[in-house]
Amino acid sequence: MSDTPAIEVTHLVKSYAGVTAVNDINFRVARGEILGFLGPNGAGKSTTMRILTGYLPATSGSVRICGVPVASQPDEVKRHIGYMPENNPLPEDMRVSEYLYFRGRLKELARRKLGPRIDEVLELCDLKRVRHKIIGQLSKGFRQRVGIAEAILAEPPVIIMDEPTIGLDPHQILIVRDLIGSLRGRMTVIISSHILPEIEMTCDRVLIINQGRVVAQGTPADLRREVLGRTSYQVELAGDLGAIPTLLLAVEPTLQISAQGEPDADGFRRLTLTTERDADLGEALLRALSLPGYRLRALSRAHPTLEDVFLAATRRSWDVKSSDLRKK
Amino acid sequence: MKHFFTLLSHEIRMLLVSASTYIAAMLFLAFMGFIFTRILESYSTAPQDVSPAQVFFQLFWFPVLFMVPMLTMKCLAEERRLGTIETLLTTPVTTTEVVLGKYTAAYLLYLSLWGSTTGFFYILRKFSGDARFLDPGPLTGGYLFIAVSGLFFIAIGVFASSLSRNQAVAAIFCATMLFGLMFGLSWLAGSTALNRETLQPARVALEYAQVFTHRDDFTRGIVDTRQLLFYLSGTVLALIFSILGVEAKLLHS
Repeated sequence: MSDTPAIEVTHLVKSYAGVTAVNDINFRVARGEILGFLGPNGAGKSTTMRILTGYLPATSGSVRICGVPVASQPDEVKRHIGYMPENNPLPEDMRVSEYLYFRGRLKELARRKLGPRIDEVLELCDLKRVRHKIIGQLSKGFRQRVGIAEAILAEPPVIIMDEPTIGLDPHQILIVRDLIGSLRGRMTVIISSHILPEIEMTCDRVLIINQGRVVAQGTPADLRREVLGRTSYQVELAGDLGAIPTLLLAVEPTLQISAQGEPDADGFRRLTLTTERDADLGEALLRALSLPGYRLRALSRAHPTLEDVFLAATRRSWDVKSSDLRKK
Repeated sequence: MKHFFTLLSHEIRMLLVSASTYIAAMLFLAFMGFIFTRILESYSTAPQDVSPAQVFFQLFWFPVLFMVPMLTMKCLAEERRLGTIETLLTTPVTTTEVVLGKYTAAYLLYLSLWGSTTGFFYILRKFSGDARFLDPGPLTGGYLFIAVSGLFFIAIGVFASSLSRNQAVAAIFCATMLFGLMFGLSWLAGSTALNRETLQPARVALEYAQVFTHRDDFTRGIVDTRQLLFYLSGTVLALIFSILGVEAKLLHS
């Protein structure tokens, strides 16, 4: 049982009234892994998540949660998941502890165990101060944490959260991130988000979807290499630029200047160098550029953010799509 | 049905903390109290043919028309508007349990509101000291009618609520359906369009479905199983449609 993947999605398709929201998605998530789900608005993230929870039926394809097929045993699957939908809907006129008690009972926790478990979850999500408050009067950050507390309440093996950090301030995002990080290894977590650094920091693996298709997947580092395919360096340099290309050629044949700025008051220019090689060329560059006649002020290897990867991956899928259209 | 009682107690609690419940209760009791005092006044001035209990249930349709929508409009429409239906249905509960829980809670509240009007008769009995005013036959018959017809009326309210995410739309739709059921059917049965020979079966069927005739029968002490069946089958049908309504909205959301 423990070697079956926590989530297995094969050839998942969902279409509403002629519009294909999810188009042949395949992925699997191992137990204890945290998967980030990225995509522009309307890419099919929420739809995929709803299908995973058994809330929406798929048009075709299969989804298995802990080896249990969602389509034929939705009730069994619902015992294995904790789900926090988009915008985190909560009843307005209940108290936090009442709400958690009600949800715990629905999730079939024994009455005897429920009290201590609610205390534990309130502690984990830092909600102890507001446990007797009415949910409708809580601030956004608290409401969001109530949603997370609810999702982890029954200690399900799979947790699915649709944009858990939307509308939170940086401090609260940090708390939520730590909270999600603390689940690593114990529970499988899928989160979707627009905040890319967020995903990069918490997730073991990232899945980028656009227009209902998976356009890239892997660890953030893999994605950088795969999607961008090059490393770039930032150099601040003063001196004659004419001889630079030959100097660079000696260091690495694929190295070239991709952008150069105007000289500032001290005569330094900012240059951006790109190469297809993955290995670090920092030292070699430093040695090559410390010749007389050049003054080097700064050299750094640019770290492409997940944002760059995301933009490149979604753009690439657009290109693929438009070339498909041209062929027809 | 494992979660039915969890859902039921939750729903009852939610009804007891919501303002619309108290507004409905207050309007209802004020209206019924007003009717009751008018009945007593007319009985004190001139002798009447029928017992006060029978007259009391004559106007049952009026509170039903505003109270049933007020008690039921929230139940499914609010869940859908807030999106909590999504969190509810992703726990191991079935749509049937959710709908039945909400229905039962609203029905119990409806019963308890009507039950509180027995206080009027108790007060009358206590202060008049005369058992003649309290004719137990029509009284039990009347309350039995309220309990049986309430099953169907509340089910119609739940059904209306399952169709919309807007409470006002649900309430208006519910009131319209109740109005159609009570007055539309009686008007249809009396219309001359059904006088033709071929439409005779339709007229016979319609004559069975007269809510006001049922009330008169019940208050006279006649409990007809055909009438019970009419309300029970109507209830089951309306609840099945509510469950389908909730699920159909999910499929096309």
